[in-house]
Parts: sequence; C-alpha cells; structure tokens
Amino acid sequence: MSTSQATGTTGSNTTISPGGLPSRRNTELAMLVFAVLIPVFAYANVGLAINGEMPAGMLGYGLGLGLMAGVAHLVVRRFAPYADPLMLPIATLLNGLGLVLIWRLDQSERLVDPPGAPNQLMWSALGIALFLAVLVFLKDHRILQRYTYISMVVALVLLILPMFFPAVNGAKIWISIGGMSIQPGEFAKIIIAVFFAGYLMVKRDALALASRRFLGLYLPRGRDLGPILAIWALSVLILVFETDLGTSLLFFGLFVVMLYVATERTSWILFGLTLALVGAVAVASFEPHVQSRVQDWLDPFHVVRETGNANQPAQAMWAFGAGGILGTGLGQGNSDLIMFAAKSDYIFATVAEELGLTGVMAFVLLYGLLVERGIRTALAARDPFGKLLAVGLSAAFAIQVFVVAGGVMALIPLTGMTMPFLAQGGSSVIANWALVAILLKISDTARRPAPAPAPSPDVEMTQVVRS
Amino acid sequence: MSELTLTVMRLGFLAVLWLFVIVTVQVIRSDLFGTRVTQRTARRAEAQRPPQPRQAPQQAARGGRQRRGAPTKLVVTEGSLTGTTVALQGQTITLGRAHDSTIVLDDDYASSRHARIYPDRDGQWIVEDLGSTNGTYLDRTRLTTPTPIPPGAPIRIGKTVIELRK
Repeated sequence: MSTSQATGTTGSNTTISPGGLPSRRNTELAMLVFAVLIPVFAYANVGLAINGEMPAGMLGYGLGLGLMAGVAHLVVRRFAPYADPLMLPIATLLNGLGLVLIWRLDQSERLVDPPGAPNQLMWSALGIALFLAVLVFLKDHRILQRYTYISMVVALVLLILPMFFPAVNGAKIWISIGGMSIQPGEFAKIIIAVFFAGYLMVKRDALALASRRFLGLYLPRGRDLGPILAIWALSVLILVFETDLGTSLLFFGLFVVMLYVATERTSWILFGLTLALVGAVAVASFEPHVQSRVQDWLDPFHVVRETGNANQPAQAMWAFGAGGILGTGLGQGNSDLIMFAAKSDYIFATVAEELGLTGVMAFVLLYGLLVERGIRTALAARDPFGKLLAVGLSAAFAIQVFVVAGGVMALIPLTGMTMPFLAQGGSSVIANWALVAILLKISDTARRPAPAPAPSPDVEMTQVVRS
Repeated sequence: MSELTLTVMRLGFLAVLWLFVIVTVQVIRSDLFGTRVTQRTARRAEAQRPPQPRQAPQQAARGGRQRRGAPTKLVVTEGSLTGTTVALQGQTITLGRAHDSTIVLDDDYASSRHARIYPDRDGQWIVEDLGSTNGTYLDRTRLTTPTPIPPGAPIRIGKTVIELRK
C-alpha cells in the first residue's frame, strides 16, 4: 500500500492527457461543412461538363445534403458527444459523391433505366433517419450483447429468405415485399457481427487455449471446430443456393477476422483461408453462374474476342484504362457503356474513368480511413464485446469494399455487391448508415473521459500537511 | 463551356478531394500526438505558492526561481523506492511511514514522521530530523539540528538513501 502510494504521489510526476477539446465536435462540424461542399462542387462540375450550365437542382441538392448532415451533427452532439469526429464527415462525403455519380449517370442517353438519383436521395435520407434512431435509442452498445442468440436466428432467417424468391440477374439476394425489393444480406452483416461478438466473447478462451501444437501451428480441438465449420457450411450453402459469392465471402471472412482478433491464433486464419479456397473451388466446379464469373475474371475480354461485343467486365477494364492518371473529368467519360449495373455494382468504374487513378486512390483512402477509425474505436473500447463488435463492423465494411472494388478491377471474380455509400441501392445505404451509427456509439463510450474519482481522504490530508 | 474551365475544374476537384483526405489525416494525427504531458509537481507548486504567507517578499519577488547550481530533484538511490524522483520546486518534502508524507517509506526502521527537507530563505535545502527513533544520517553523521545539504551527499533513513541532484 505504502509503496504504491509513494509512486502514486511522487514517482510519476507526469500525467498524460488528451489535448485539445475532449469532444472534438467542432472539428467534426468543420469537416462536415467541407464534406458537403465537395459534392456540391462535383455537381456543378458535372452540370457544366454535360449541359454547359449550372445544374438547376444544385441549390436544393446542396441544401438537402447539408440539412441531413446538419441534423445528424446536432444529434451526435446531443447523444454521442465524445464520438469519433471523422466517421460522420467521411460517410457524408462518400454518400454525397455517390449521389453526384448516380445523377451523372442519369444524364447519360445510353442508359435506359429510370433516373436513380432522386430515389437514392430518399434512401440516403432514410439511412440518416435510421442513423439518428440508432444514436438516440441505443443507449449503450452493450445492450446488444443480450441479443446474441436472437441475432443469430435473425441473421440466419435474413440470409436464407432470398432462397425462396426468384433470382434477379442470376443471384438470389433479393426479397420483394409489396413491390419493394430489399437486400437482406446488407442488414444481416450488422446483425451477424453482433452475434459473432457476443459468441466469441464467451468462447474465446476455449478457442484460444485448448489446442494442440502440430508443426508449429496451434490446431484447435475437434469440438471447437464446430462453429467455424457450421459458418463455413452456411456460406457454401449460400454460394450454392443463392449463387452469391459476395455474401458468402463476406460472412466467412468476417467470422475468420473476428475469430483471429478474439483468439490471437494465426492458425485460425490459415484454417479459414484453406476452407474458403476449398469451398470456392468446389462450388465453381459445378455452378454455371459462378463459373462464368470466374471465366470473366481470368479473361475479361473473351466475350469481345468471341462475339465482337463488349460485356460488362471488358467495359469496366476499358473505363479504368481510359481514366489514366488524372481521369477524363466528371461528366466527360464513357463509363455508361457498361450499361447494366453501371450505377450500382460498377459505379467504381465511373470513378476510375472520370477521376482517374488519383481519384480512385482518394476514394480507397477514404474507405480506409473510415475502417481505420473503426479499428481505432475497437482499440480504445474498454469492454471486450465493444472491441469485438467494432472490429467486426469495420471488417465487414472493409471486406465489402475489397470484394466489390476488387471485383470491378478484376482482381478477384466479380460478385454482386454494392460499394458502401457510393453505389445505388437502398438497402446498402441504409444498412451502412446504421453500421456507422453503431460504431459512433461505441466510440462515444470509448472516448468518454472516465468519471472523476471520488476524493480520497488521504489526498486531503497530504495537502494539509504540505501547506 | 470552354475546355480550359473544365480542365481547371477537373484538376481542382481532385485537389479538393485530396485536401479532404489530408485534413482527415491531420485530424487523426492530432488525435494520436495531441496528448499533453504535464508536470504534476510543477502545477502543484504553482498552486501552492500563493497561500504561503510566511515566505519573505523578496522570495516572492524572485518568483521562486532557484539560484544557479541549486539541486532540482530529489532521488531515492537505495531502499524499496529506488528510482523515485521528486522535483524540488520550493515545497517542503516530508519523509516517513505516515501515509500522508510526500515520500512514504516502507521501512521498519523509519518513524511515521521521520524527517523533512525544505528550502530556507536563500534557497538552500535543509534536512531536519523530526525526532525519529532511529535517526537521520547525513553522510555518516546523525543529525541533531537542521543541517544544509551539500550537493550529492547521501541522506540515510533506515534502509532508504536519498540524494539531491541537479
């Protein structure tokens, strides 16, 4: 007692405290203003390039985005005052630029599908509404821990439901209710991260410690393999019955990442990668939809050679090539030649053609920074559930960006997934706003300064003696 | 619309986009490196200076600045607290087993209020035994009266040895 007292009062003469404002809400406001002005600039740029005049809806559009961002900022100020200052501005910027890109593709005469920007603006508003609802009603992220096994059931239902609906464009990832179609996988990724976080928090010790050493690797016990094999089987089933490589990759990848973070065992990653490879190769060997995707990946131009007409992957490759280093300028590219899914899955090709490598790098960095803030939140979080959940949500986000961006630039076989915030698609934008809201809530708890300790009688007496 | 305007806008947009990324990184940087390291004893001494009425006005006029060559810290060189340092900022340092001492000695041979070290009017540091059972030793001599501390001289209390250093 006395030793610790001595070091406490005399040994460490320095305190390290975070500088500046503790809440950093003003930083967030400044960044948010910046994040609203950039899309307005982009909007003006597209209008001038295509029609030679300032677009008519620019003022309303800028005000709309500014209003949504402003309301979000005020609610963060009120309900999550210590939250990370960068997540909201980055998400706003990505969403705003996504709206501009979709509006730009709406102006194209080649694309025949109905204009997407007004709908997307409505979905963004709904997404921000859900963001606000999460911030207001989720008082503490640890409440989610109570729903560990309920989330498992909900996530399974959401993942299995699309099997009973007809396939759209070769993949069964949609459910339609009363004319509206929803992609339940987008919501399932959040819910399943809650389940994994709750489950691994309880089981991490068993998974980490009870293992045998073999060839320098820690091999898990047979019965501990149960969950990973179950998740693997589930993602293979998704791949077989819904022919959706993206979703199955996302879930399995998410599980392996969280397993690794929870147990610190590299062997789980090796094990997971092997299983993923085996599953993907096995399914690709008999599923025609997956086979054609793999063929497009290995040889994007085979359709051009065989028929003379370019298909999506070839057009996307040309879009990347046409962009070069600095791009053609917003509104001046021909990425609308991709035609189908140019606004959703292939929107990154528009970024690549019109903003070039410089723009693509900036976008990838923005996604990376958002993920970094999530991981940083996980590091700062004090409770294991919050740590795992923050890692899981960031990893889901990162894997999704990797899967779709890698698919568009033919690094991996293309899968039907949306670029978070950027691409057209209601489910995606709403789910990602909810994801950012949960991360903000965790970071609010993590960055909140610890309550001042109760004054101890010892300290009082010391001061009396000294004076 | 002229080609030049569009080119300027194209490059300007990329510049603005990258500016956002750079500002974001700057915010992260200030998040990482913006921590402030504060000297606690310095702050405390600052706070304590006003309520010291018996200090002579000339002391206050000097602003507590120590004269050249004066020791700036007290270092424990032997005993269970070895390595502990206390900055000397004009405050009195008490030593003993009592838990309200500045340096709490975990030592069976130390009394609860064993000794104190304080600066006199000229800034010379004085050690005074507070009637301890086993005594306070400066170099090898047991203290009987308040004694100025020569630089580098070891002060022994039980098993603990402290020194004043620059």
